[in-house]
Amino acid sequence: MKLRPSLCVASALAIAASSTAYAETTTLTIATVNNGDMIRMQGLTDDFTAQNPDIALEWVTLEENVLRQRVTQDIATKGGQFDVMTIGTYEVPIWGAQDWLVSLNDLPAEWDADDILPAIRGGLTVDGELYAAPFYGESSMVMYRTDLMEAAGLEMPDAPTWEFIGQAAEAMTDKDNEVYGICLRGKAGWGENMAFLTAMSNSFGARWFDESWTPQFDSEAWANTLNTYMNLMTNYGPPGASTNGFNENLSLFQQGKCGMWIDATVAASFVTNPDDSTVADKVGFALAPDNGLGKRGNWLWAWSLAIPAGSDATDAAKKFVAWATSKEYTALVAENEGWANVPPGTRTSLYENPAYTEAASFAEMTLGSINSADPTAPTVDPVPYTGVQFVAIPEFAGIATQVGQEMSAALAGQQTVEEALAKAQSITAEEMEAAGY
Amino acid sequence: MARAVSQQRKIINTVLAWAVGLLIFFPILWTILTSFKTEATAIADPPVFLFFDWTLENYTVVQERSDYMRFLWNSVIIAGGSTLLGIVIAVPAAWSMAFVPSKRTKDILLWMLSTKMLPAVGVLYPIYLIFIQMGLLDTRIGLTVVLMLINLPIIVWMLYTYFKEIPGEILEAARMDGAGLREEILYVLTPMAIPGIASTVLLNIILAWNEAFWTLNLTAAKAAPLTAFIASYSSPEGLFYAKLSAASTMAIAPILILGWFSQKQLVRGLTFGAVK
Repeated sequence: MKLRPSLCVASALAIAASSTAYAETTTLTIATVNNGDMIRMQGLTDDFTAQNPDIALEWVTLEENVLRQRVTQDIATKGGQFDVMTIGTYEVPIWGAQDWLVSLNDLPAEWDADDILPAIRGGLTVDGELYAAPFYGESSMVMYRTDLMEAAGLEMPDAPTWEFIGQAAEAMTDKDNEVYGICLRGKAGWGENMAFLTAMSNSFGARWFDESWTPQFDSEAWANTLNTYMNLMTNYGPPGASTNGFNENLSLFQQGKCGMWIDATVAASFVTNPDDSTVADKVGFALAPDNGLGKRGNWLWAWSLAIPAGSDATDAAKKFVAWATSKEYTALVAENEGWANVPPGTRTSLYENPAYTEAASFAEMTLGSINSADPTAPTVDPVPYTGVQFVAIPEFAGIATQVGQEMSAALAGQQTVEEALAKAQSITAEEMEAAGY
Repeated sequence: MARAVSQQRKIINTVLAWAVGLLIFFPILWTILTSFKTEATAIADPPVFLFFDWTLENYTVVQERSDYMRFLWNSVIIAGGSTLLGIVIAVPAAWSMAFVPSKRTKDILLWMLSTKMLPAVGVLYPIYLIFIQMGLLDTRIGLTVVLMLINLPIIVWMLYTYFKEIPGEILEAARMDGAGLREEILYVLTPMAIPGIASTVLLNIILAWNEAFWTLNLTAAKAAPLTAFIASYSSPEGLFYAKLSAASTMAIAPILILGWFSQKQLVRGLTFGAVK
């Protein structure tokens, strides 16, 4: 069988054309976490690829801790596996200072950097350079059962004190019916119990380090923090609380077993979802408690998109980051999934939008919580670090995980508060000395 | 009387075997049941066992969100490839150790096995850096080689044990009949050791299929197998147990089916030489 010359030429041209088109397509590998907002974004990327037909997207979705380890490993070894990474406010200042991330100061003007909430933007900026674009932001707040509060004859103020939280927890506890006044994180980990305890300690005027990086667990403020926490949890908390993290408490609250739960603002949409929560129509919100010292016990976190310096597709990656964190993307989510499902906590304009504030009953409290956290001045006294529920130094994750284990052991009744704090002090001092502080 | 005691023992053994079997299978059964629950039912306290509204919603969500076939194909290539490569290297190695042993054979076997005692994370960074240098990150060939190397000591050990059961005189007779080394291994040794080789292959496929440390650390989007597919459904903030269970069920289904159909060979191979 002989092929006609014209057919051969046409085939060759077609192959050449298709290979040229293929060569011009840039593929972005995006590492991300498994949460509702991120998954929703994956489902809406047709909008981006339609606008940018020369860019293809590949997703690597991982559990938060696995993702953190994978992207850290990749960026530190310049593996170049990812073009866009989902990272948190803990990593951004550390990696930005190491020049491991590409500056996003040159994102297009219509992206409107000034619209980003100041607290969030401050946490993602190092020496004037914005190193990550926030995809969604969160703080922590009090979620409480309105029916139990009413039955107890109490009224939750918008900005409660720790003293009131203690009174309310006592009044709502009904252990015979498996209703516990308060549910808090007890599981050991820098992002688990230590995120909560560090944020709580700020409202007691405690700090991790003084201005010369000396650990402060031997201070009265830390003793007050931990004693209050232990009192709440041992008297009014659920059994086995030393192994409870976000998901365990979420499950307890949704089944009507918690009077109050102080945790991430993102939980608001879960506990008010009638498909999953038995108490969806009986939930109220308040700011995280304080002690009258000018600081509240709430944290500040933002899952953000950053571009590793090793990426060979920086321009395409910037286009994607700008799209995913834009006001237009927010409108796209609203159009497809409703305003209550747009990624919260990043832009001022969202909270000025009546359609959003009407659809999301927790919007005002979320904004108030985020605005009341200041990563550059997290506690009462001055500190040499940034971060509200963490200390933005590379050693923190390791130290805080060990300290968290001591706190969790105290909650489990294996040691006293004094012993836990003494161990925390010596662990931190030893590690910081080894790190050269 | 002796007959009655024997019957009683038989019943006790049967009950015990079923109890142990069910105990071992229970986590898998629970995973499968959870995959048919809603997220709210999955976390219900007290847990719901059988009487709930069964739903296929989790499977629909998982199918929509992930390209299951791509992950499955990667698993098949990586598990199959590493096993094949391992067998090709291990058969001659086990032959030499079984039939032409030296003074140090036992030491070498022990040393090979001792490499399994090193925690994988201890060599993560050297291997990661080698992979970067050689351009093997997120490739099926890179992962195939790593999994082959990890399982090679077990393959060699298993084949060595099976080969030791084959009388050396048979191979000697083949040699006297003029068989070369190739013919001896291919046409005499291998057919006699088929049950042993089959069970080694099956066990190695299961080990490679389930391997989660290297497959998660050395892959991203292109070569990620089913272990990465499962990992993508875990979340520290949010309800995910039902969807995670659906993903897990889909990931273990192929290997479960393979194990079910080949259980005869697997048991025969694993007990090969145990009864004389």
